[in-house]
Amino acid sequence: MPNLNDAKVILEAKKLEAWFGDFHAVKGITVDYREKTINAIIGPSGCGKSTYLRCLNRIHEEIEGARTAGEVLLEGKNIYDKKVDVVDVRRRIGMVFQKPNPFPSMSILDNVVIGLRLQGISKRSTLLETAEVCLRKAALWDEVKDKLNSLGTSLSGGQQQRLCIARALAVNPPVLLMDEPTSALDPIATAKIEELMNEIKKEYTVIIVTHNMQQAARISDFTSFFVYGNMIEHGLSADIFTNPKEKQTEDYISGRFG
Amino acid sequence: MNYRIYRKFKNFMFLVLTLVSALAVLIPLFMIIQFVLVQGASSLSLDFFTQLPKPVGEVGGGMKHAILGTIYIVLLGAAIAIPIGVTCGIYLSEFSKSKLSKTLKMTVDLMSGIPSIVIGIFAYLVVVVPLKSFSAFAGAIALSIIMLPIIIKTSEEILKLVPNHIREAGLALGLPRWKVILFIILKGSVSNLLTGMILAISRAAGETAPLLFTAFGNMYLSYNMNEPMASLPVQIYTYAISPYKDWQRQAWAGAFVLMVLILTMNLFARFILTKIKDKKGI
Ligand SMILES: Nc1ncnc2c1ncn2[C@@H]1O[C@H](COP(=O)(O)OP(=O)(O)OP(=O)(O)O)[C@@H](O)[C@H]1O
Ligand SMILES: [Mg+2]
Repeated sequence: MPNLNDAKVILEAKKLEAWFGDFHAVKGITVDYREKTINAIIGPSGCGKSTYLRCLNRIHEEIEGARTAGEVLLEGKNIYDKKVDVVDVRRRIGMVFQKPNPFPSMSILDNVVIGLRLQGISKRSTLLETAEVCLRKAALWDEVKDKLNSLGTSLSGGQQQRLCIARALAVNPPVLLMDEPTSALDPIATAKIEELMNEIKKEYTVIIVTHNMQQAARISDFTSFFVYGNMIEHGLSADIFTNPKEKQTEDYISGRFG
Repeated sequence: MNYRIYRKFKNFMFLVLTLVSALAVLIPLFMIIQFVLVQGASSLSLDFFTQLPKPVGEVGGGMKHAILGTIYIVLLGAAIAIPIGVTCGIYLSEFSKSKLSKTLKMTVDLMSGIPSIVIGIFAYLVVVVPLKSFSAFAGAIALSIIMLPIIIKTSEEILKLVPNHIREAGLALGLPRWKVILFIILKGSVSNLLTGMILAISRAAGETAPLLFTAFGNMYLSYNMNEPMASLPVQIYTYAISPYKDWQRQAWAGAFVLMVLILTMNLFARFILTKIKDKKGI
């Protein structure tokens, strides 16, 4: 296995901060993510994992009163630079949200291909093909292949989450942010999503928030541990889970920290 | 024990009270419908739809010109009001943080409170006077001003119903904001938006005052936008206050047709809605 620490850095946060009004939710995170790796973020509920993740594709600023400071470098370029087109940033950094959010009044098929279609791809065969590939990757194809024209919102919560994964995959972003993508899934679907991550890792970089320690240990190359908007520790998952440097990390992963 | 009876009594009285108020609302409504139905339907004939008015004194004739005129003016008004109204609604709902948006919101609220006769006079001054002629166009402008606040308000509210996480989902796909608004938010609300439009159109279709000053009315068939044009409300008004029995009879028939027209419009819209729903599952 090649040394992960030698891989090229694709995404880098530098003193990244985030606020909701006066509330300081993310407090100066500096970390880099290497190409073609899976990076887990763990930490207690409410510690700012989602907020941090949402800063990495500039979705955080969509909330009224929310703001950020610091830098996020995508292949060396600060995505918060005034000259940078935010649409372009989001096209290259995809996201699966914590809450499933399929587009209402849109069929399952449309949900998956809408991104491509609105980018100007209209050839039906291409769209259908992409939809099948992405739905297969998201472990949803078998369940929906006979009802591609039913509403996306008619699916169950876990199915909706997988639909959102397929939707994010369809636009092919080199970096994929996933906020607890498997928290609503059964063990079989979870295993399939993990398999998917291992698969897309050949080409893409994944940053995933998870509350499932086993999952983080199982699939991730690197892990960051967050507490109250701070990053306590970041390193190779193998080290974090077997030999953490910080006492807080050790307490948390062994379940002694609440 | 006594207390329980008392409590039951209070409950019962409350029920009676709500029932009475409900009836109080229904009674006038039914009376109107019954009046118009009985008087109007009995005065109705095929001639009413196919004939133009006869000169005073002659019995018979119809309101073909006014029926078509109303449809023409209302559709023209809607064609003006809908694009502007929906766009304004989008602005208010999607860019509500701007200062302009707050001013606009207040203006719209004020606008919906303006008496329709004032809107008529306004359209008279702004369109009729400069063009030196009553015209269907002026009437359409007046009606579009009546429709506008309703369309703006309903569009805004309907778009605001779409939760923010849907917008975020669209933006996160790397789509420009306008595409997210147009092809995801708006598209998902089409059926609701239509309802708002129909509400506005129904409201405007029955207005008399604004048309008196603008489209004015005439006694013959005309499709010319720049000429006076008859409309059902104005025709009904003219005929109803006339001293001739036959005209008064026709006014009832006109009222009946106007009501049915508005009702059909509603039903037709609903029909389209269910069609869209079946296909797209909105
Ligand atoms: N829209 C918002 N407005 C104000 N405060 C918010 C908002 N969203 C989150 N917060 C606050 O920011 C902090 C971080 O929230 P965040 O959602 O990032 O936590 P998290 O680590 O993802 O938690 P979880 O594991 O439960 O998903 C929390 O204290 C929360 O109360
Ligand atoms: Mg979260």
